[in-house]
Amino acid sequence: MKLSIGPITYFWERPSVLDFYQQVADSAADVIYLGEVICSKRRLVKPEDWLAIGNELKESGKEVILSSLTLLEAASETSSLKKLCQNDTFMIEANDISAVQMLSTAGRKFVTGPSMNIYNSHSLKLLADKGLQRWVLPVELGLDTLRDLQSDRPEGVETEVFALGRLPLAYSARCYTARSHNLPKDDCQYKCLDYPDGSLLKTREDQPFLVLNGIQTQSALTHQVLDQLPDLISLGVDVMRISPQHSHTMEIIEIFDTARKGADLDPLGEKLLSLLPLGACNGYLLEQAGMNLSLRATHATQQAS
Amino acid sequence: MELVCPAGNLPSLKAAVDNGADAVYVGFKDDTNARHFAGLNFTERTFEKAIRYAQDKGRKVYVAINTFPQPKGFDRWKSAVDQAAAYGVNALILADIGVLDYASSHWPDLRLHLSVQASVTSAEGISFYHDNFGIRRVVLPRVLSVNQVAHVISRSPIPVEVFGFGSLCVMVEGRCLLSSYATGRSPNTYGACSPASHVRWEETGDGTNTRLNGVLIDHYGEGEKAGYPTLCKGRFQVGEHTFYALEEPTSLNTLSILPELKKMGVSAIKVEGRQRSPAYVAQVTAVMRAAIDQCLSDPLNYQPKEQWMGDLAEVSEGSQTTLGAYHRPWQ
Repeated sequence: MKLSIGPITYFWERPSVLDFYQQVADSAADVIYLGEVICSKRRLVKPEDWLAIGNELKESGKEVILSSLTLLEAASETSSLKKLCQNDTFMIEANDISAVQMLSTAGRKFVTGPSMNIYNSHSLKLLADKGLQRWVLPVELGLDTLRDLQSDRPEGVETEVFALGRLPLAYSARCYTARSHNLPKDDCQYKCLDYPDGSLLKTREDQPFLVLNGIQTQSALTHQVLDQLPDLISLGVDVMRISPQHSHTMEIIEIFDTARKGADLDPLGEKLLSLLPLGACNGYLLEQAGMNLSLRATHATQQAS
Repeated sequence: MELVCPAGNLPSLKAAVDNGADAVYVGFKDDTNARHFAGLNFTERTFEKAIRYAQDKGRKVYVAINTFPQPKGFDRWKSAVDQAAAYGVNALILADIGVLDYASSHWPDLRLHLSVQASVTSAEGISFYHDNFGIRRVVLPRVLSVNQVAHVISRSPIPVEVFGFGSLCVMVEGRCLLSSYATGRSPNTYGACSPASHVRWEETGDGTNTRLNGVLIDHYGEGEKAGYPTLCKGRFQVGEHTFYALEEPTSLNTLSILPELKKMGVSAIKVEGRQRSPAYVAQVTAVMRAAIDQCLSDPLNYQPKEQWMGDLAEVSEGSQTTLGAYHRPWQ
């Protein structure tokens, strides 16, 4: 089982990004996804910077993938995507079907990210014929569906599971972070920089519910699959993805690294919970509401006592 | 510019046809379509009647099979495709790559439209579906500005349909999981957003709470009209403020930009609302028919009539309408 680090979904100051990837170089992660996937206005790290970071990580022995923008709207975004797909150094994670079209017609292999709708074996096979090398299970699907998809998986295609992070739930034309400051998207004043883990949305009775991240909406709770690691291994999942959060990402990678080597999951699970901004959920993997949390029996006993 | 109207049952289909729809779109009574609501949609028997009623009057019937099957359910989607094809529908509206592949290989002569649920916003994306499955029309998500729609149309290999009126999805369709995060059921997996099975209305001392699977979506004070708890249209707290953080209860209304849409080459205007009543379908179809006719016959002097705007506001969410993403400041 390989460990990957997904693209940074938030807007971080440039030094924070550079520092993050220096630490990643020394981490146990095997596969690193790089690039801006949410908003084309976030340009503190430029395309050539991503290539430079990628080259350094490659030298540290990491597999590097460049991730593409998820929601394409402006013509300039399609042009940038074309350039990205023309780079001949790194494979691309397609987060929109436009990237699949550009890459497959150019005869290039590719990975698909969590926002690509692959819900059945028929879709998976068709994309495999187009050059798909690895796919990320859509986050709302559970272990039962994963089992069916794995049993019929095309040869040579790797399966990746979103293993830890606030869930990518929705994308919009509207920037919610700007809206929450009464600003239009075209004059957003880069408010996302103030929220390195996104901006919390609570219900009117103070329940943390969602997180606003520019045009993206995430879950307030952090999805985590540590308890289901034995299931994922037995189903032949190839990669577990850690989605970066502003603090503790390296410690989280260590926890998953220790877990994949067969360590006792109970103490690791407890430690993991203490590192998350607002608590955990894992309902999706258990075919339930995504916000639900079902802990292993032993955890649950400890919680009750 | 074709007018495509919704029908969740036979009376609605008749209302659409009688009030001037060029085409009516429908779904079957299961999770193969994105309006999978109790008491809605067509059985085989009513479907046959619906097709006959519309086609006898020279109108078209499109069938939406636009959710995303998982392996265990895939045969149900195949059956839906086969059934629709066997009845001679004018087109299928599909979203899933696997279902598109099945339909295009088993029914090569059947016209296929790409559903808004496929979430395609660029000419390259359209080409993927055109090259691989021969789709002949695409429905664009409600996330593009007027200029962006024009740009896509100028480069698209096939005609483009856009939304003209109805409830507004503020998230890009086909990639919104908010509903399954709260309830376990999403448009993609189940064909419904914020499903009624998970809704609770709760009288409190000072008004009404609306909940979705326990999550408080909104609170209405005494005398405030409580709305259905659609997840993205509730009031929430962000920072110090409580407000409609994602979107207000409001409907999309494009009457004011019809000539622009026509000029840029939009081929069809879609009305949302298969879950709405026959009265809604009749009223909206009649207004849109009159507006499109006037726009086509005299685009330079076209002005939306006050009566039309009033009629549409009456059947809109929260009695208000917006241009949504078409209008840049909305974003």
